Amino acid sequence: MEFVRNGDEIFPDLRVNIGSLELKNPVMTASGTFGYAREFENLMNLHRLGAVIVKGISLAPRSGNPPPRIVETACGMLNAIGLQNVGVERFIKEKMVYLQGLQIPVIVNILGDSIDEYQEITERLSGVKGIAAIEVNISCPNVKKGGVAFGTQAHMAKAVTEAVKMKSSVPVMVKLSPNVTDIAEMARAVEDGGADSVSLINTLIGMAIDLESRRPKLANVIGGLSGPAIKPVALRMVYQVAKAVSIPVIGIGGIDSTEDALEFMLAGASAVQIGTANFINPRVSEDIVEGMHRYVIDHNLSSIRELIGALEVK
Amino acid sequence: MTQYQEKAKITRFEQLSENIVRLTLYSPDIAAATKPGQFVMIKAGKGKDPLLRRPFSVHQTTSDGHLQILFKVVGRGTDMLARRKEGEEISVFGPLGKGYKIEKSKPACLVGGGLGIAPLLLLAKSISRMKMDTSKDVIILGGRSADEIKALVKDFKQFGIKVLVATDDGSLGHHGFVTDVMKNTRLADDSVVYTCGPEMMMMAVKNICAIKGLQCQVSIESVMACGMGACLGCTKHTKDNRYVHVCLDGPVFNAEDLKWNL
Ligand SMILES: Cc1cc2nc3c(=O)[nH]c(=O)nc-3n(C[C@H](O)[C@H](O)[C@H](O)COP(=O)(O)OP(=O)(O)OC[C@H]3O[C@@H](n4cnc5c(N)ncnc54)[C@H](O)[C@@H]3O)c2cc1C
Ligand SMILES: Cc1cc2nc3c(=O)[nH]c(=O)nc-3n(C[C@H](O)[C@H](O)[C@H](O)COP(=O)(O)O)c2cc1C
Ligand code: FES
Repeated sequence: MEFVRNGDEIFPDLRVNIGSLELKNPVMTASGTFGYAREFENLMNLHRLGAVIVKGISLAPRSGNPPPRIVETACGMLNAIGLQNVGVERFIKEKMVYLQGLQIPVIVNILGDSIDEYQEITERLSGVKGIAAIEVNISCPNVKKGGVAFGTQAHMAKAVTEAVKMKSSVPVMVKLSPNVTDIAEMARAVEDGGADSVSLINTLIGMAIDLESRRPKLANVIGGLSGPAIKPVALRMVYQVAKAVSIPVIGIGGIDSTEDALEFMLAGASAVQIGTANFINPRVSEDIVEGMHRYVIDHNLSSIRELIGALEVK
Repeated sequence: MTQYQEKAKITRFEQLSENIVRLTLYSPDIAAATKPGQFVMIKAGKGKDPLLRRPFSVHQTTSDGHLQILFKVVGRGTDMLARRKEGEEISVFGPLGKGYKIEKSKPACLVGGGLGIAPLLLLAKSISRMKMDTSKDVIILGGRSADEIKALVKDFKQFGIKVLVATDDGSLGHHGFVTDVMKNTRLADDSVVYTCGPEMMMMAVKNICAIKGLQCQVSIESVMACGMGACLGCTKHTKDNRYVHVCLDGPVFNAEDLKWNL
């Protein structure tokens, strides 16, 4: 299916706005599950995506955790990749050229272990052609504060957001950690810090044990849970956050079908990200876009935006 | 390298022994593109549990679009796959990874143990077709018992390459390990050893190669989520403590490049 231009109207209209960023549809790929996009070029039509979010980038290259790094769990998986990435310089030199050639918005996910590091990466990225937005992963440990994750304390989450905003020439999306008591409070804190949008959820911390050997199944002992198993938690958090803030919310967590994606939109998400599902069906994101086309037509919607926050709670 | 996601029909189901199954799938795009040592990712069941695809080496391909996998039932995914019926469709994704590098002008020694025999059949076929002279080549296959490998030994014999066998219980061929057979076989100095099997076995093969000064290519395993470089979950250590990704850089490696810590 293609966009059909009907006078000035685009039909079916799947466009959504994430602040000043307009996407032709609400489907993005989640950081760390889609490589640097090129890996998927032969498996799907990348140009069908609303946006692509690349693997998290740090200031210096990181080699990641020792294996085993992944383990399957009931309807999900745990990962402790350890944020392996090529570092910001090699990212700009080796990966950006390809990404600049794509006709879709590219969102760069960043991470750091100090506020200075977040700020330095942002500085390094600003001015690089072809970056539509920055997504800030705040689920990383703050090394200077004893390793507490930035995203688990409101004041730190706000401080990171402010620091990145100060240096960024593009919109800033802050990716929230679900490993907190009150995610709405975190969302408000980053909104106060100037975030243009929030995306949630990152993985839920979990673990798996091998009874036979009496050892953890991951070398890192604990890891992040993703996949269908986390969808109900993610939906609930998106619902709560959408009510708490006035900036756009992007839903993530266990989405592997059009129906899943639309449920997140009803709960208040303006757009969604597809993560673990890419591993099982590399063209799932394109399938979801097609499903949305059909849904909008079949349900006679004037635009997919009608669904955002349209949940009826009685 | 082009990869495909195909709905493949099971055209033949063979129960080779109590827990070893061979599936023949009609998967023309993948079959035509596969090189020896490459693998496919297969969705064992239909729903979300188990969630991830399972990796399997390509055992054999045919020019009429068929592809075979050979697997042992070890857990939920393989159990589900072993319950599939002829005529059913399964989702196959591949071919993936880097396979064996066939040295056309050098004698080949293939060493397979247990399910590690799987990728060697396609390799043996390719070697028999690519090389003018296979008189110095040898295939050494090992398993627990005759039951486990008898049917396979027959398949390997069709290429006219010498086949030697070892079983743990002595019910077929040499009573003992493939490595015993390997030690007792006169191999030319420039032989290339291609191996796949349990890690213990491959390490022993690698050690023999080191002593004899032979090049050794091993096919290794790791847990995998995506099989195509997106999750970065399938790392192994190299001997200088860097990481490689089994699905992208392998599954076939030069044995001496890896760190062996058993
Ligand atoms: C590149 C590659 C090629 C492979 N080729 C073959 C093949 O040709 N034939 C074959 O029978 N098997 C092959 N395997 C192994 C096969 O993928 C596993 O046996 C399978 O994933 C197990 O799935 P399960 O759901 O039945 O087991 P699970 O329930 O997931 O696990 C059962 C047991 O198997 C172990 N296990 C699970 N996955 C692996 C793995 N990838 N490697 C080693 N142990 C594992 C678990 O630790 C556990 O002890 C290959 C693996 C890789 C990485
Ligand atoms: C293997 C793997 C690697 C990930 N790497 C990152 C990362 O680098 N940065 C980040 O912000 N999130 C990362 N995530 C989290 C995902 O982007 C997503 O938030 C999470 O997996 C939940 O969505 P899902 O259930 O659809 O996978 C990773 C997830 C997985 C499974
Ligand atoms: S299995 Fe995902 S990167 Fe290798």
